Amino acid sequence: MTIRHHLSDQLLMGYAAGQLPEAFNLVVATHVSLCDECRARLGAFDAVGGTLLEEADEIAMGEDALSRTLARIEGLPQATRTDPLRPAGIFPAPLADYIGGDLSAVRWRKVGGGVKQAILPTGKDASARLLFIPAGKAVPDHGHRGMELTLVLQGAFADDNDRFARGDIEIADEDLEHTPVALAGQDCICLAATDAPLRFRGLLPRLAQPLLRI
Amino acid sequence: MTEQAMPPVPSGPVTRVGSRQKKDGSLAKAEDETDWAALLVKVRDHQDKAAFAALFRHFAPRVKAFLMKSGAGAALAEECAQDVMATLWQKSHLFDPTRASVATWVYTIARNRRIDALRKSRRAEPEELDWGPEPEPDMAEVLEAQQETERLGRALAALPAPQRTLIERAFYGDLSHSEIAAETGLPLGTIKSRIRLALDKLRHQMG
Repeated sequence: MTIRHHLSDQLLMGYAAGQLPEAFNLVVATHVSLCDECRARLGAFDAVGGTLLEEADEIAMGEDALSRTLARIEGLPQATRTDPLRPAGIFPAPLADYIGGDLSAVRWRKVGGGVKQAILPTGKDASARLLFIPAGKAVPDHGHRGMELTLVLQGAFADDNDRFARGDIEIADEDLEHTPVALAGQDCICLAATDAPLRFRGLLPRLAQPLLRI
Repeated sequence: MTEQAMPPVPSGPVTRVGSRQKKDGSLAKAEDETDWAALLVKVRDHQDKAAFAALFRHFAPRVKAFLMKSGAGAALAEECAQDVMATLWQKSHLFDPTRASVATWVYTIARNRRIDALRKSRRAEPEELDWGPEPEPDMAEVLEAQQETERLGRALAALPAPQRTLIERAFYGDLSHSEIAAETGLPLGTIKSRIRLALDKLRHQMG
């Protein structure tokens, strides 16, 4: 798998600094799970945090802090070096954790034209959802508000300029207007997140939500 | 930085002692440059409490200060710093000294603990690499990773004050993600390349 579209420095530094909205955090963690290049770039930004910590002032710990910490460690289950379970399906571990399983666990809602979506539970400062676009179908017209991240997990989509396949991430802002189309051959499944304000209010928000604008 | 006693080291050559020239030309005071990675490996492989105590004395007060600068009160910061150090022990089997310095590893644990404590939201982490760290890593690579914190520290100190302040504000949680300027002026490309090589090497070895 060759990933051609990567995370921006701004997103990686935001993740390293612990400042991303939960929904963006999920997209970054999912992409990094698939992409060694961005894992290495994230490591470099993490190192800035390590340097700041190393150079930071010290504030004395309580007198019994070490013994209390050792007592805390005694109470922890002994972690051993085991190979972590890698999910067998299309969702890397951080995303599978949110969904509570693989593709079969997704609770899709139809939004028209064969397109389906599933909104994931995240904090309100940004929202995340899975998108299902049948092979060959256009992604319904959608304007971008705020920043929108789209990470391909299965299949591929393309617009006039570019092509995005598994692992590729598209970073769109308000200036981007395009009509992406899912490529023939395989249905396209994406993880999308946006920090645009949520439009719906009040009762039955998810049912009342028109098309893809969440 | 306070004068620090040599930590008790049960065996093996795990300390380097030396002085270093600061960027501004003044000679930094001779300082113990403890090999934190070797101590953490002792914790990992032998549950070595003396090694852990040395790590604790160095890092716990820094974690506490980091958390307080990020807005936590003293009691919460003390509690969380103990948590962070307990996690350092518990997750020591995941520490790969060829990819990150101990300071960086501690930082990521502290950052995660801060998100949990202050934002109370869920927090996705990248999938662990299923081949994990090598049991016997190349010492030259380990040393290189550990020295990078120090080199970055010098580069950070050499930045113009406004730029340095922006980086500090970003990492202490003072800027929103859209306010963060990713152009740091720091030599991050070399660090990225080194980590990428380490990842490629590990993937190759695991076939």
